[in-house]
Amino acid sequence: MTIELIGILLIMGATMLLAVPLGRYLATIYRGDTSWSDFLAPLERLLFRLAGIDPTREMRWQQHLLALLTINLLWFFWAMLVLTTQGSLPLNPDHNPSMPADQAFNTAISFLVNCNLQHYSGESGVTYFSQVFCLMFLQFVTAGTGMAACVVVFNALREGTTEKLGNFYNYFVKSITRVLLPLSLALALVLVFQGTPMTWEGKMSLVTVQGDTTAVSRGPAAALIGIKQLGTNGGGFFGVNSAHPLENPTYLTNALENMGILLIPMAMALALGYYLRRPRLGWMVFGVMTAGYLLLQLPTLYLEMHGNPALTAMGIDQRLGALEGKEMRLGAPASALWAISTTVTSNGSVNAMHDSLMPLSGMNTLLGMMTNSFYGGVGVGFLNFFVFIIVAVFISGLLVGRTPELLGKKVEAREMKIAVIIALLHPLLILAGTALTAYLYARNPADYAGWLANPGYHGFSEMLYEFTSSAANNGSGFEGLGDNTPWWNISTGVVLLLARYLPIIGPVAIAGLLAAKKYTPESAGTLRLDTATFGLMVFFVIWIIAALAFFPALALGPLAEHVSIGY
Amino acid sequence: MSSLFQPALVAEATKQAFVKLDPRTMFRNPVMFTVELGTVVMLVVTLGLLFRPDASQGSFGYNFTVFVVLLLTLLFANFAEAIAEARGKAQANSLRKTRQDTPARLRLDNGSFQQISSAQLQKGQIFVVEAGEIIPTDGEIVEGLATIDESAITGESAPVIREAGGDKSSVTGGTTVLSDRIVVLVTTAPGESFLDKMIALVEGASRQKTPNEIALTILLAGFTLVFIIVCVTLSPFADYAQTPIAISAFIALFVCLIPTTIGGLLSAIGIAGMDRALRANVITKSGKAVETAGDIDVLLLDKTGTITIGNRKATHFWPAPGVDTRQFVEGATVSSLTDETPEGKSIVALAREQQISPEQLQGRLEGAELIRFTAETRSSGVTLPDGTRIRKGAADAIRQLTEKAGHPYPAEVAERVQAVSANGGTPLVVSQNDQVLGVVELQDIIKPGIQERFARLRAMGIKTVMVTGDNPLTAKFIAEKAGVDDFIAEAKPEDKMQYIRAEQQQGRLVAMMGDGTNDAPALAQADVGVAMNSGTQAAKEAGNMVDLDNDPTKLIEVVEIGKQLLMTRGTLTTFSIANDVAKYFAIVPALFMTAIPALGALNVMGLHSPQSAILSAVIFNALIIPALVPLALQGVAYKPLGAAALLRRNLLVYGVGGVVVPFVGIKLIDLVVGLFV
Repeated sequence: MTIELIGILLIMGATMLLAVPLGRYLATIYRGDTSWSDFLAPLERLLFRLAGIDPTREMRWQQHLLALLTINLLWFFWAMLVLTTQGSLPLNPDHNPSMPADQAFNTAISFLVNCNLQHYSGESGVTYFSQVFCLMFLQFVTAGTGMAACVVVFNALREGTTEKLGNFYNYFVKSITRVLLPLSLALALVLVFQGTPMTWEGKMSLVTVQGDTTAVSRGPAAALIGIKQLGTNGGGFFGVNSAHPLENPTYLTNALENMGILLIPMAMALALGYYLRRPRLGWMVFGVMTAGYLLLQLPTLYLEMHGNPALTAMGIDQRLGALEGKEMRLGAPASALWAISTTVTSNGSVNAMHDSLMPLSGMNTLLGMMTNSFYGGVGVGFLNFFVFIIVAVFISGLLVGRTPELLGKKVEAREMKIAVIIALLHPLLILAGTALTAYLYARNPADYAGWLANPGYHGFSEMLYEFTSSAANNGSGFEGLGDNTPWWNISTGVVLLLARYLPIIGPVAIAGLLAAKKYTPESAGTLRLDTATFGLMVFFVIWIIAALAFFPALALGPLAEHVSIGY
Repeated sequence: MSSLFQPALVAEATKQAFVKLDPRTMFRNPVMFTVELGTVVMLVVTLGLLFRPDASQGSFGYNFTVFVVLLLTLLFANFAEAIAEARGKAQANSLRKTRQDTPARLRLDNGSFQQISSAQLQKGQIFVVEAGEIIPTDGEIVEGLATIDESAITGESAPVIREAGGDKSSVTGGTTVLSDRIVVLVTTAPGESFLDKMIALVEGASRQKTPNEIALTILLAGFTLVFIIVCVTLSPFADYAQTPIAISAFIALFVCLIPTTIGGLLSAIGIAGMDRALRANVITKSGKAVETAGDIDVLLLDKTGTITIGNRKATHFWPAPGVDTRQFVEGATVSSLTDETPEGKSIVALAREQQISPEQLQGRLEGAELIRFTAETRSSGVTLPDGTRIRKGAADAIRQLTEKAGHPYPAEVAERVQAVSANGGTPLVVSQNDQVLGVVELQDIIKPGIQERFARLRAMGIKTVMVTGDNPLTAKFIAEKAGVDDFIAEAKPEDKMQYIRAEQQQGRLVAMMGDGTNDAPALAQADVGVAMNSGTQAAKEAGNMVDLDNDPTKLIEVVEIGKQLLMTRGTLTTFSIANDVAKYFAIVPALFMTAIPALGALNVMGLHSPQSAILSAVIFNALIIPALVPLALQGVAYKPLGAAALLRRNLLVYGVGGVVVPFVGIKLIDLVVGLFV
């Protein structure tokens, strides 16, 4: 156990240590200052020339959003085209069929919104062509989209009054060429060395020890897994994701993949400070995020390492922790670490069965997605956090006796309206979706019996988890849910779309409106955002707005289950 | 407290609390409107139980109690608003008494007079008022000087002097002339006089929601919506979990979670803010002006009256080389005998101390020509019948005069002028027939305690700027001694304007006070312009506040009132939202405990029973509103601290307090309620 804890401390410590230089680097490249990666500039210039884009043209916030939504729409059509015709396209050694339209729709949407909810199994549902040119492609560009939108908001927070917030395509392309590509390449290389396949060949035939012949799926997996983690995508190459021995072969790959999940979201928070040349501000955001992360992570570690009291009561040895649904080679602590990491960041890749987590650990993964801003997804995590900052600034501005202002810009009715709508959206989608499902099920349990493998409190948690995961664009599943039905496909699909684009549009709009306002320099009377007190304020605002609204639901799900298993 | 809740006001406010239940009025406050809807639902449920008892909904008595508590919540919130308005109205009524129709003596074009009613006076007409009469309407004195009792508006019993010309020429309708006779030009149309506007403002008739109030209402509406979602979705959740929840429990959960405390007190806070300004004898033309005052970054303060006591006093005569002291002092005295300015009077007083009798010199003035002070010549004096020209004025003005006439300007005099200035004094140079007689030293007396006041402002992040007509050296000395951050010396009205513009360009908000017509542009340009009531009509029109006391230090109070208003909103919002934590822990276990006994573990307060828990929570929620009315009306205690310290303090008191207080309060109420349920 001690050695496992050391492993966890090393993973967390190393990620934070790496996040600092990466945050600095992100600020450097987005500002356009010289950096070691400038050798990639010709490649970027070539791309811009081919696309006919002038990367120096400054855009207003509306233009940014127009650009963002337009390319997203194009990608959607591309994904639909590939998935529905993949059977006839090259790179299909296993002769997997094309997807039916509804499944293709679901898959295209879910990868487009950086969620990666998978209603297929990678081994049989998609071809190598789809994996690489559709799914992996989307994993890069959607991560880049989030990062670029985040930089637009950074720009809006600079001193002075402006409508010009940089060039969207510039930030988007740089996010990919300078950050996502190099880091994914590095991670993929390690994975290859550790045994993850990287091949175009089809299934391999093996004769097992028992003498049976079995076919083992493989393919260009390592390339996809790198970006899957770094871009907070989470969609795995193989069906069981990072619990698969080829997707996550060793303790080392597990550690590195877990670091990959957290690295860019952490660095993005710090990049805010370096970009605005207010490093303390970045540390405030990072501090609040880390506090929230630890608040969820530490109890989860404790619970998973102490096992299930109901099993203990039966006399079962649980010294290794709660091992149900976990990979023996990874162990309980590493699985607990991953479970919280993947839910706070909207990543959604899993290395254990979340359905089998202790009830309160399950609640913590839910809370990670409900708050969705303790690190959060690449780029979009800060956008969610930004909405909470707006609310916190408003209340604390009043507390210090000034009409509220964010870094010198007045926060007024219009910004408040947008912030409130975005803050409302998340509980609305989660609670309304779960409520509709609960209503249908409660009306007619016999008809919908296939939905829930476990009725009762746990079944409630499963429904709640599915909608929370969709609304947080997370993509992980509690499982135990018969979710490949029209109801689940349609309802979660709608939630996915709303929960991706509105929380990008809202913060960018607020930032754009603020940027164009009169700038008031700071004085001793203005509220400083880079203080521990303000951080505490944001922390409470997040918990009260984002978490408290779910208290009754959590009471009926994980809390009720917790108290009923003998704690 | 007694002044807060006078019996007459309470009676009126209680009546209004019921009148305000009208949904058309309630609709303007989204938080309380949803409470009203919930109350109506409870009424229907309660009445339904009367005819058809339903065990799942609880007893009639229990439901009726919940209904009554919700109704009380509404009434308490309405009462808070009504009492704030009633306080304003009481003030308005006393003002209205002074506006009763008074006779006015209109001067006709042919010079004759006609007695008409004050209501008939039109803008541009001219009337006459004599000692003992009430001034019928607002106007500008065109002839004469009078002492006037303005206590009807200001409450200040000391009479003031108003005279034609200059910056003290405006009179207000409703005030009484104590001595002399003045001829006044009507400056406002009937029904638009200052008093009329004041009454409308005070009564709240022209009160509009301020931008910050609107933004806060949106935030509160957002919280309300979240909890609508929470409560509505809870119904299918409960169906799934097979834990039936009574309608009363839904409504109670909802009403307790939405921010009723701040929602119920929000408009009272705004009205009380304007009311506090009024109590400080400052009339604000809009609630927004009070809010803006809280944001002020730069304060332009007139030196005289704000930083220094009254006026400068002559403290020393410094004769020029070769000039006889007596001759100099006599010259200075002669030039000051007709000078009604405090400086002039102080020169005469100093001369008397030096054994020179002003009365004896008075004779010389027979038939003399008086030269008034103007901004261009920056000097004044007399030309005696024998042709002797005596002038006194700013050093450079006299220097120009002497040098133009071809006389030398002694180096000793120049040095003395420097020395006096450097010492914080104001040098006045006196000349006779364009030859320098000597330097009169005037000294300022800095108000005691003003330094601490500026230090407080600095802690609040406000920059203070002293505006003075003094030369830069004097200004610098006084500025340093008083502890202001910056100064504008030898200030002309345009300088103020430029300074304000420059600060605003850098994004700062500027407040200033002024009285003269030439201050009007700057008053209009400033974000908060406070005009003195004694000032000209133009100044009063240009500013967004009027100070009835004509007290220049009022600006500082106005800023504090603005900050206090915003802070009161912030603290009550924080408190209201923080309360939710405890309310959740009171109600959520109560909802589920019967069906899922294990969830009783969440009942951390150990409340008696589900019904008593719900009742205790709604009772707490209702009682907290009247408990906080005094805070809403008086504003939170204001401490001049920096933003960081204020935030820490207010978060600790109202955030942490907001979490802890309801745990204690609900538990205590439950101990009582538990005896009955």
